[in-house]
Amino acid sequence: MSIASHRLFSRNDLIGFAVLAAIIFIVLPLALDTFRLNLFGKYLTYAFVALGLVLCWGAGGILSLGQGVFFGLGGYCMAMFLKLEASSPENTAIQSTPGIPDFMDWNQLSALPWWWEPFHSLTFSIVAVVVVPVFFAFIIGVAMFRRRVGGVYFAIITQAIAAIMTILIIGQQGYTGGVNGITDLRTLKGWDIRTDSAKEILYFVNGILLFACLLAAQYIRKSKLGRILIAMRDQEDRVRFSGYDVADFKIFVFCVGAAFAAIGGAMFTLQVGFMSPSFVGIVPSIEMVIYCAVGGRLSILGAVYGALLVNWAKTTFSESFPELWLFGLGALFIAVVMAFPNGLAGVYAEHVAPRIARLLRRGGVDLPATPDKTPAE
Amino acid sequence: MFSDYSMSELGAIFAMQGFAGLILFSVFVLMALGLAIIFGQMGVINMAHGEFMILGAYVTYITSNVFSDYLPALFSIYFFVAMVLAFIASGLLGMAVEWAMIRHLYKRPLDTLLATWGLSLILQQVYRSVFGAREVGVTIPDWIMGSLPVTDMIEVPINGIFVMVLAVGISAAIYILMYRSSWGKQVRAINQNRVMAGAVGINTEWTDRLTFGIGCGVAGVAGSAFTMIGSTGPTAGQLYIVDTFLVVVFGGAGSLLGTIASAFSISQAQSIMEFFLSGSMAKVLTLLTVVGILMLRPQGLFALKLRK
Repeated sequence: MSIASHRLFSRNDLIGFAVLAAIIFIVLPLALDTFRLNLFGKYLTYAFVALGLVLCWGAGGILSLGQGVFFGLGGYCMAMFLKLEASSPENTAIQSTPGIPDFMDWNQLSALPWWWEPFHSLTFSIVAVVVVPVFFAFIIGVAMFRRRVGGVYFAIITQAIAAIMTILIIGQQGYTGGVNGITDLRTLKGWDIRTDSAKEILYFVNGILLFACLLAAQYIRKSKLGRILIAMRDQEDRVRFSGYDVADFKIFVFCVGAAFAAIGGAMFTLQVGFMSPSFVGIVPSIEMVIYCAVGGRLSILGAVYGALLVNWAKTTFSESFPELWLFGLGALFIAVVMAFPNGLAGVYAEHVAPRIARLLRRGGVDLPATPDKTPAE
Repeated sequence: MFSDYSMSELGAIFAMQGFAGLILFSVFVLMALGLAIIFGQMGVINMAHGEFMILGAYVTYITSNVFSDYLPALFSIYFFVAMVLAFIASGLLGMAVEWAMIRHLYKRPLDTLLATWGLSLILQQVYRSVFGAREVGVTIPDWIMGSLPVTDMIEVPINGIFVMVLAVGISAAIYILMYRSSWGKQVRAINQNRVMAGAVGINTEWTDRLTFGIGCGVAGVAGSAFTMIGSTGPTAGQLYIVDTFLVVVFGGAGSLLGTIASAFSISQAQSIMEFFLSGSMAKVLTLLTVVGILMLRPQGLFALKLRK
């Protein structure tokens, strides 16, 4: 274990993590007002999804176009708890059936469906946020990877699953809130999540969770498992012939990706205050892939920057030039595929990092000439 | 659920839903044929397929306006001109896209998917800027309107029959192109072994471009046909894309017969279920069944046996 790359962090990784931590925990909170900070908190929830995609797609070679499903499932589990708390019999006294969520009342439901009942408990909901999507991912993974469905077919089928999920949520509006989603969420165990101070606290909670996921992802990448994933991506048959059960590794990494996405979804619900099918379907799911691609599909930290940058650009452009945004997003998809397949991380590793290294060397600091953070294999 | 209806009513329901299913079948076939060529033969995931269809629809819209303004005497046949123009417009755009983008990405299918998705976003915005965000409808010639009464309980709309005839005609044309023309032979040869095909003198680059162009052109014709049964909006293409891909994958990529068979089963299942369940649940059940079957049989209904 004396080789440097076997350690969890190389020196460059440490610097990268420290810079990101400084940006998220110090620079952004100091530079932005609460409204903007909340907005960036929302962007960071997408970073969870992008991070999962770095593992699944960048490392494992599995492109899932259905990450929105897991993001949505996590978000809905959280939203169901918050909605039940907001729909106490006192709050909903004007309904024909008090004590059930307003959209159920509008849809002539007179009792809470049985599968909503456990979401009265916060503990259950928090467990469900992770367990439900992971279980779902596990079923999909077992069904697909055991039968060696991969690559393009996997992408198309996960996309179909995202479509099914959206149609289902919109169609069953009595149970799910339909196209509007679950809205008007107020308190978490009596703590009002809509106040400025709550938003700031949630931003930091979100950041800490993101770092926990980043650490987990880093651990997976640096472990033997991560190396098998990359080997599998490049030469699946050889790994199989070496005696590894390829399907198990794929299922595992797909479940990890789903868990990350779900945590992101739950934090999204908490920070934004609603959850709707517009974060589940095909379009948002593919957009989540572009966050990962822009950041660099091989770079764990790149995923965070990618999610921040694309979403920031989206907000800025669609505020001032709504018609230009789709052109920009479309061009971004094409450019990132044609010109920058390794995204921002690739650009950094090829152009920026060598210069920094040269500058530092000139300044007398001794650094390795080629940083091993370079994800451009 | 059947007890509320008498036998003859049930028969009429199944006949009507079956016919609605046949129209849906034709729609699926038209959508999927172009993709079956592009995805099945070339292995390219063209997420902008829907937008090529919409291009055909907008070309039809323009043609109908031009005819009604300048050539009112020929208005009743404008549709045939429109289809040819739609084929040319979508086909040329397809070839341009292949030249600019796709040919660099043949070895990276997942990246093609993302790049063509980007293309689809750009095209959508172009349509929105040029034609406006609202849906447009074409003026349909009189002879396509109305319906034919078959019995006193069963009526069939003429535009549905028209779309069906089109679907059959285009399927036949593609079958002849694929299995009887030298182009088709070259395409299939390249699909089976690209390097060998090049070695025996097939111009693989040109064939790829032509194939992509023809696939997109067929999408354009499909879009043109859809103006007969619905209106056209900038984002309408996105609605079709999942269905279309599922039809092609379910049928087994590379098999035209499979594509048609899967379009038939999916459309019939959906339209018959639609009568008893709500539309969205019918769609969910159909898609779930297809996904379920694909999990059991990933190669699709009719798999082409290839050595990889």
